[in-house]
Amino acid sequence: MDILLQQIINGLVLGSMYALIALGYTMVYGIIQLINFAHGEVLMVGALTAWSVIGWLQGVAPGMPAWVMLLLATLAGCVVASIVNVLIEKFAYRPLRNAPRLAPLITALGMSILLQALAMMIWKPNVKSFPSMLPTDPFFIGEAVITPTQIMILVVTVMALAVLTWIVNYTNIGRAMRATAENPRVASLMGVKPDSVISATFVIGAVLAAIAGVMYASNYGTAQHFMGFLPGLKAFTAAVFGGIGNLAGAVVGGVLLGLIEAIGSGYLGTLTGGFLGSDYTDIFAFIVLIIVLTLRPSGLLGERVADRA
Amino acid sequence: MAQKNKLVFFLLCALALLVLPLVLQGFGNAWVRIVNIALLYTMLALGLNIVVGYAGLLDLGYVAFFAVGAYLYGLLASPQLTDNFPAIAAMFPHGLHLSIWLALPLGLLVAATAGVLLGIPVLKLRGDYLAIVTLGFGEIIRIFMNNLDHPVNITNGPKGVNQIDPVHFFGINLSKPLHLFGFDVASVSLYYYLFLVAVIITLIICKRLEDSRIGRAWMAIREDDVAAKAMGLNVRNLKLLAFGMGASFGGVSGALFASFQQFVSPESFSLMESVMIVAMVVLGGLGHLPGVVVGALLLSALPEVLRYVAGPLQQMTDGRLDAAILRQLFIALAMIIIMLLRPRGLWPSPEHGKAKIDPADKVMPLTAQQDPPGIDFPSDATPGAVAVRQDAINP
Repeated sequence: MDILLQQIINGLVLGSMYALIALGYTMVYGIIQLINFAHGEVLMVGALTAWSVIGWLQGVAPGMPAWVMLLLATLAGCVVASIVNVLIEKFAYRPLRNAPRLAPLITALGMSILLQALAMMIWKPNVKSFPSMLPTDPFFIGEAVITPTQIMILVVTVMALAVLTWIVNYTNIGRAMRATAENPRVASLMGVKPDSVISATFVIGAVLAAIAGVMYASNYGTAQHFMGFLPGLKAFTAAVFGGIGNLAGAVVGGVLLGLIEAIGSGYLGTLTGGFLGSDYTDIFAFIVLIIVLTLRPSGLLGERVADRA
Repeated sequence: MAQKNKLVFFLLCALALLVLPLVLQGFGNAWVRIVNIALLYTMLALGLNIVVGYAGLLDLGYVAFFAVGAYLYGLLASPQLTDNFPAIAAMFPHGLHLSIWLALPLGLLVAATAGVLLGIPVLKLRGDYLAIVTLGFGEIIRIFMNNLDHPVNITNGPKGVNQIDPVHFFGINLSKPLHLFGFDVASVSLYYYLFLVAVIITLIICKRLEDSRIGRAWMAIREDDVAAKAMGLNVRNLKLLAFGMGASFGGVSGALFASFQQFVSPESFSLMESVMIVAMVVLGGLGHLPGVVVGALLLSALPEVLRYVAGPLQQMTDGRLDAAILRQLFIALAMIIIMLLRPRGLWPSPEHGKAKIDPADKVMPLTAQQDPPGIDFPSDATPGAVAVRQDAINP
């Protein structure tokens, strides 16, 4: 029972990070029907910027409280990631808005490779240890363990989701986004500027990705130029799982995927009598995805839309 | 005259292709190796082109079929299975040495079966949902290859399968240089000819498919599968056929790859490979064979060539810009710039891949149309105006 509780905690932590990243995918998809394959790299840029800022702050202001450093570093990561994401949109996606559908997919992949190469040049390819800025003494719930970093991840995710809900539902830019997602043509007739709405979407996506990147790096204690690949892939899976283009779907998909993975890695070994170890967690997650998509071809919360590749 | 020029051009090309490895091997076998790998990628890109280019199904896990073919040949033509399973060793006292004549059809069949198996659950999925499931399938295959070394050692895990037999046929061992008329033809060059033949056969099959009833049916499905169904096409079977045919080319090139490298490991079949093959097809020109070949050669060969000329650049930037990074930079910039300049690919197909026109753009206001649709009624006519449509039913 305690293993179950522990795996649920781990799953929620993992899932909330997936949810934040998946939101970036799904918001961009909702507005321009494009999978931003470079989204994982935006996360990486955010995390590595934060790593550099922490290193710099530790040098110039050693007396500063650690959580302030983490906050400043995250802010810096968000700013840099936003700039990068907006530039990606401007140079790689905007000129191709009326091109065949696979063309921006290829530039997105190209951007992803380009950002990795640039990160290798700027930050060197080695693995960097991400300093733990919060106390490391764990709390006990029964026999399950939760670290302050994990608590921070859960709290920050809930806060980010609340802010995002507020932005999307109650602000002008949010209304403009929903209008553009519904019908860009009519939205622009109503005085919404599609280009600025799309840029704003990319900024929000980048901020969420950078927050998730810093959390991911603090949780695992490492940062590297290809750290964005795996969470990016998983979050993309989560976004599709929940129904791509649907904000609630991205959160549900992310949390569910995190739980499936954590519980899968905890129980897969015992369930199959040791035949399939925790190495097969990813397979388990993908098989669940395939089954769900076979039963509900547009994801858990997705609407039935008629589009094609 | 034009016919004759065409023939001369064709013969010159053929001659150039035949002589190419013999010239290149003079500069070192590494160059021929690059060409060989490029040929294998060409075959993969041509196979994927059937799925993505003709049938319009975005497959991000294509490398799985390549892996299936490679591991099939690797396991059936190496000591891997006989070393680990005494029962198999007892059955084949001389070791497992599958002939390439059997391995290729077998690889083709198994990969095609895998393709159809993948196709069944994803038939209902469209666009990006299809992309993520195929991607998942590719990862599933790779994870199995990576972990099937315990509890029973089948694939030898991340260490890969070693000592795979090279190709033997007609008494020629392709892993040894061949003496021909006092001239040494290196092993890599022999493989070059094998791969060249494979690519040419693939090209002929693809060309014939494209012009056939099946090919046209695939393109109809790509353009509008509801309409295609309404026209009486069996969309389900045709989609499965596309998956199967595309996969079979992947399987064959996988078997060839295993025999050429004499070593396979899960590393060669990562998601990035699938993505690169998709990029080759799209970059070259979706659904257009010459374009696909150009895309495959460009993306697979040029970065490797660049690796050899990267030395000076590396010294200039004191080691920061090493060959691997430079290669990545080149691929990335090539993908972005080519797509920005030519969104339909380097060499797009002239008739099929037309850019889709948004139906909303086609609707012109009635006043701007030359011949407004519908029947003219006399009451429509403004006095003094010339009747625009003399042949209307009701003038």
